[in-house]
Amino acid sequence: MRKLVILYSCLILAVFAGCSQPPKPSNKIILWHWMTDRNDTFQKLAQEYKQETGIEVDIQLFAPSDAYSQKIIAAAQANVLPDIYGILDKKSIVADFIKAGLVADLTNDMGANGSQWENSLFDKALADRRFDAGNIYGVTPGIYGVPIDVTNEQMLYNKKLLAKAGIKTPPETFDEFIKDSQMLKRVGITPFVSGWGELWLLDCFASNYAFNIMGEEKIFATFRGEVKYTDPDWIKVFSLFAGLRDKGVLIDGIVTKGNKYAEQDFALERAAFSFNGSWCVNVYHDMNPNLDYGVMPPPPMNTSYPLRIWGSAGSSFVVNAGSPNKDKAIAFLKWLTAKQQQVELSRETNNLPSNKEALLGVSPILEEFAKGMDESTHPNIWPLNEDPSVAEAFDKGIQDIIIGDKTPLQVAQDVQKVKDFQSSKGNH
Amino acid sequence: MRVNRYVFWGMTKSTLSHVFLMSVALTCMFPLFWMLRCALMSNATVFVDQALIPHHLNFGNFAIAWTKGNFAVYFLNSVIYTVCVVSGIVLISSLAAFAFSRLKFPGKNIIFYLFVAAMMIPLPGSFVALFVLMTKLHLINTRFGYILCMINVGLSMSILIFKTFFDKMPHDLEDAARIDGCSKIGLWWHVAMPLARPAIAVVVIFNSLSVWNEYILAFLLLGDSRLMPLQRGLMVFQGANSTDYPVLMAGLTMAAIPIIMVYLFMQKNIVKGLSSGAVVG
Amino acid sequence: MDQKAKNVTIFKDNLQNFLFVFPAFAIFCVFYIYPFYKMINLSFYDWRGIGPMHFIGIANYKELMGDHLWWDSIGHAGYITLIALTFQNALAFALAIVCDREIRMKRFYRVIFFIPPVLSEVVVGLIWNWILNPEMQNGQNIGLLNHFLYTSGLPQMVHNWLGDPKTALTTIAIVHSWKGFGWGFIMFLAGLQTIDKQLYEAARVDGAGAWKTFMNVTVPMMLPVILVVAILTILGSMQVFVLIIAMVNEGLVNHTDVPVTRIFSAMQNTNRFGYACSEAVIFGMILVCISFIMKRLSDKAKQV
Repeated sequence: MRKLVILYSCLILAVFAGCSQPPKPSNKIILWHWMTDRNDTFQKLAQEYKQETGIEVDIQLFAPSDAYSQKIIAAAQANVLPDIYGILDKKSIVADFIKAGLVADLTNDMGANGSQWENSLFDKALADRRFDAGNIYGVTPGIYGVPIDVTNEQMLYNKKLLAKAGIKTPPETFDEFIKDSQMLKRVGITPFVSGWGELWLLDCFASNYAFNIMGEEKIFATFRGEVKYTDPDWIKVFSLFAGLRDKGVLIDGIVTKGNKYAEQDFALERAAFSFNGSWCVNVYHDMNPNLDYGVMPPPPMNTSYPLRIWGSAGSSFVVNAGSPNKDKAIAFLKWLTAKQQQVELSRETNNLPSNKEALLGVSPILEEFAKGMDESTHPNIWPLNEDPSVAEAFDKGIQDIIIGDKTPLQVAQDVQKVKDFQSSKGNH
Repeated sequence: MRVNRYVFWGMTKSTLSHVFLMSVALTCMFPLFWMLRCALMSNATVFVDQALIPHHLNFGNFAIAWTKGNFAVYFLNSVIYTVCVVSGIVLISSLAAFAFSRLKFPGKNIIFYLFVAAMMIPLPGSFVALFVLMTKLHLINTRFGYILCMINVGLSMSILIFKTFFDKMPHDLEDAARIDGCSKIGLWWHVAMPLARPAIAVVVIFNSLSVWNEYILAFLLLGDSRLMPLQRGLMVFQGANSTDYPVLMAGLTMAAIPIIMVYLFMQKNIVKGLSSGAVVG
Repeated sequence: MDQKAKNVTIFKDNLQNFLFVFPAFAIFCVFYIYPFYKMINLSFYDWRGIGPMHFIGIANYKELMGDHLWWDSIGHAGYITLIALTFQNALAFALAIVCDREIRMKRFYRVIFFIPPVLSEVVVGLIWNWILNPEMQNGQNIGLLNHFLYTSGLPQMVHNWLGDPKTALTTIAIVHSWKGFGWGFIMFLAGLQTIDKQLYEAARVDGAGAWKTFMNVTVPMMLPVILVVAILTILGSMQVFVLIIAMVNEGLVNHTDVPVTRIFSAMQNTNRFGYACSEAVIFGMILVCISFIMKRLSDKAKQV
């Protein structure tokens, strides 16, 4: 028996002795990210930075992105956030992080030297992690994150397949789009594919047309609760999807299709149109370098209001306010967004840079994507956002319409019901 | 006449049985076959070529997966984790099961039912709490922490298996050993464990499978890619190579083969373990 | 004095015995009891994952009772479990019986049938996703199943298996059963081997035909095994979720939701950690109830 006790004591000692973390060396900064396709480029850049400055940047990858979010939340709770990380969540969550003192305020660094850093980056990209005066989250106004690239979501069309169906120019209105889809179907080509198994992408598409149908003010009024989802304009948005379904425009199984499968489909020329973000350029290039395609904003339904695509920072990094290496982290991010590094990043990963000067020299197809940035908007720059439970009901309701389970009116009523319930709870 | 009918019926039954067994077996073998087939093709042909057996066999994908995908590191980690966790579970749960089965102490039944209840109550919502706890114990991002956590995952089931087995074990050998002056721990080590080989086999296969295929806890608790097990590495691999299907398939095939081999080697003992009362009865 | 010495001996004895259980219990307390306690605690709060926690008492539970998506998901898990209990276990049982007599290739089948359980759920989901692909390209079906149906003369059966709310859940249930029958198979096979051959002899001498032998010898002797397999099937099938995510991503709207995916959805999509914990607690209680019922049934069956 004594042997057993001794054995146990040794084991317990081993647990607590063998596993403490070594103290953090001060010449090293840790960065957590989720972008698998950029990991190799990041590692290369980290090596370059070490040679230039002698500071080691430990870049750790945690993919896929939704698991990354969970890890960040858990790390925040345990107070072990790295020096540089990203918050992949809604702006309200970013606000929570800031209020919890986990994000460094970068306004001063951005504004130094006559706002040199700030002015070198696209304004739309900076707006992603910027909080304006009077924001509803109660956050001190300022810039809290650094965008390292820029993306927007637009519609893509396969030139070869369009030509096969006898379509000479890509559609400029929604009605033309429907007509083109009929022509494609007649020659056995599936008209449209998109990763609408992922709710955010579906939400983006719906939002683009909502802007077109009712304009920005009414949308925000709906978020505030002043307009109901059963309003005729919202019914029009829902009916748009019913129309797409009825005319057979959408590929089979679109509501369970993850974005990477949709990208596969478009690259393998299984559909003529797609809706995706500018990162897809890299994916398509890897899968099918000969793919002949073009980019355009989704064709508007009417001319009452402008159709606004989503565009903003693709990925932003924030600095841990509690980190002892804060200054070094900020310096690294400044280096990462400088023109030379941005050009390298853009060239290797086929993403739009966040640095304005690095725009020269991107591939032609990326240039087409860049054209849409001026007219773009993004939930992160809106003054307020919809409650996540309502947004979920909204997106899933559209999926219900697409599979023919519910009518637009039913979905409108369902979403309004969730909205009423959430409002009555008096959210914090 | 009668004999002929008997023979005829016997042969039909035998043929039908074979057809039945074979058709099910084919559906089981198909995925492995498909994975292999895709792994041997190239990215250009894997979606286009409808043939069941590819014309050109491209073995290079396996090499690419092994080197580019850091497979060797992940593979080694998985082996380390599986061996450590399984041996840990076998030791710890057999000790506990022996006590539940043969020894008396206050609170024995309550503790045992706690273990059983734990099998039924999953913990998907406890990730954050677990992460915080592991961080406080400085076990985050360590092999040891992950191993301990995985031992916990398999404890309840293994204790149940061992206890059921020990309950069925005849007492005579033990009584003889005790008369000879064997200590309690000696009884466990020298008498119970050698007899429990079939039960050990069942516990080994159950837990090897769950550790080998595990990735959720690995994701939560391990950050350094040098510590990650195979399935976790495959996630990264998938993200980076979602465009390179054949290499992905090569990686997945390589991940599946070892565990199949473990089962192959332990087959006989597993069945013996199941039939001699480890789970059955 | 004698009594005191006896008490000390008993105490030392108990302590020694407890030490056997100590490592298991210690690990269990740290890695299970503590997170479990935290989870129950959190279910009484409203929390977004970051920032302050707001105590709201049983409000989460009240909302949960009226959450029809949650109860639907339990129904879906129940449906998958039902298919597993019937289709999967009947298949496993039938295969075991046939294999029990088939001496020749028994070892071969024992290995082959165990391949699906050995594969990780991610791989299984990936492969079946490909097989069940509903799309067409250049006039040909891309998915293997549809391609096979089309070319073997059943074009009317070509279908969007995972995309049609009517067939999606059943398809998933069948794939789950396919993956799981290997376990039942080896347990039934092991159980069949413990049946005394003399019982079969006696039945044959009594003139019983194949069916009568089956009903009066095989089934009663196998009853304990059947119950063990049943309870393991129930516990495993109610908790399925990796397979679903691998096959239908975030799900076919809400038609393929199961309790565990709802819990993750509450955490990731709507950032409601307290609500997710209350879902987990209720789910655990349901599973405990089911196990309790099964144990009662099992005890009653043992008496018979």
